[in-house]
Amino acid sequence: MWVLAIAATVAALTPLVMVLYYVARQGLPALNLDLLTRLPKPVGESGGGMANAIIGTLALIGLASAAGLPLGILGGLYLAEFGRNRFGGGVRFAADVLSGVPSIVIGIFIYAVVVAPMKHFSALAGGAALGVMMIPTVMRTTEELVRLVPVSQREAALSLGATHWRTVFKVVLLAARAGVITGVLLAVARIAGETAPLLFTAFGNRFWSVRLDEPIASLPVQIFTYAISPYDDWHAQAWAGALVLVAMVLLLSIAARYAGRPRSGPGRARMVR
Amino acid sequence: MIDPSVLKAGQPDLRGAAKIRVEGLGFFYGAFQALRDVNLAIREQQITAFIGPSGCGKSTFLRALNRMNEIIEGARTQGRVLLDGEDIYASDVDVVALRRRVGMVFQRANPFPMSIFDNVAFGPRIHGLARGGELEALVERSLVRAALWDEVKDKLRQSAFSLSGGQQQRLCIARVLAVEPEVLLMDEPASALDPISTLRIEELMHELQRNYTIVIVTHNMQQAARVSQETGFFLHGELIEFGPSAKMFTQPDDKRTEDYITGRFG
Repeated sequence: MWVLAIAATVAALTPLVMVLYYVARQGLPALNLDLLTRLPKPVGESGGGMANAIIGTLALIGLASAAGLPLGILGGLYLAEFGRNRFGGGVRFAADVLSGVPSIVIGIFIYAVVVAPMKHFSALAGGAALGVMMIPTVMRTTEELVRLVPVSQREAALSLGATHWRTVFKVVLLAARAGVITGVLLAVARIAGETAPLLFTAFGNRFWSVRLDEPIASLPVQIFTYAISPYDDWHAQAWAGALVLVAMVLLLSIAARYAGRPRSGPGRARMVR
Repeated sequence: MIDPSVLKAGQPDLRGAAKIRVEGLGFFYGAFQALRDVNLAIREQQITAFIGPSGCGKSTFLRALNRMNEIIEGARTQGRVLLDGEDIYASDVDVVALRRRVGMVFQRANPFPMSIFDNVAFGPRIHGLARGGELEALVERSLVRAALWDEVKDKLRQSAFSLSGGQQQRLCIARVLAVEPEVLLMDEPASALDPISTLRIEELMHELQRNYTIVIVTHNMQQAARVSQETGFFLHGELIEFGPSAKMFTQPDDKRTEDYITGRFG
């Protein structure tokens, strides 16, 4: 039985290792300073890079966080503090459903409510799509971790004459911060590599763009575009871009683990997953 | 029976006026009645102790004095608790203001995950009592009163969790003192501490007694005998006996009190 379990574990880990290995093998040869610092060259010219896509992805993550984090964290606090009723149950169910909605559907939704009225693709729309995807993860993690904060912390604050909301914002959230940060970083890591919701929201851009109401490039879309192109040097660049993306997500995951590491003392609620 | 020599020398000073009057206090957790018809007066500037076996209602009683029982779902209170003659359960009472006047120290030290300074400054900050240099002075004064200043004055910016258990409990006392309460409720404040830390807390209580009305709940009868002027004995949610500690621990009126303090149960 144990042999079977070990074999299954190895089998489960094999794809991960192989993906990392393959991306590294294909991506490393094309990875150079130009890729990180130069703009794409027109078709037919060799060289060029993906700097605009890297910055674009960071901008989209920033926009998504600006939209998704306040909603997710405040929603999670609401569920933890007042969510023990039917409405709370409904919100929880809705969040679970939302986290299961295919990302392309979220892209279509944002297309309908943001892109169509604005009449063009934009970074804002891309950020909104990714932000919507972050909400359920951040909300449920925040709820779970706020619930894990020991009652003694609340009692201490309340007994000093703190109001309920002050207790929650100044003490409970502080006590849960390590876990909440972990949840946030994992949510960011998850959306960083999303392609589908960006296809018809942020769209993509072959040039520098810092305007939020203009289409913006992103690594996943750039990789997708290059990978389905007929040009060999674009294929190589797609691999290198994929390597950069994997490295970014890996860094975020490592940061998440570090932030969620238990430290001494009570109230340092820790990620349970 | 406890050796009378551990009791405080001389007659207890019972001249203080009543700070808190409890009239017909009853308390329910859902259908379970945790307190029934408690009547007594707690005098100011002295230490009043409550003893009794686990689950007798003594902690519930303590928490009724600053309405901390209210945070439990399904809790219900009957009767009146008069603080300086005003019923704290009256509908127009501001719980925030009440808890500022009636501070609490818990069984387990529960510092916030912040620096030592910020822990003590928490109360003054939320109540807008002081800022800047005034706040620093208030924090220092509170730490001095809690007999912790000398040990922490060089590391006020360090995490409160870097302190030992006994220091953390004194930090919690300093944190309460910083909001300048009139009454201090202490729920087994030394039960999780070693004997030396316990002694320091008891010495501290003696010091504080001059300026505060202190109510302590304890499992430890020797402690009650050592620190308090008056003691109450709870059993099954009822106040069985209440009176001067010297009498309580030497010649109690009630058979059940005697059985408890002689160690026949509990």
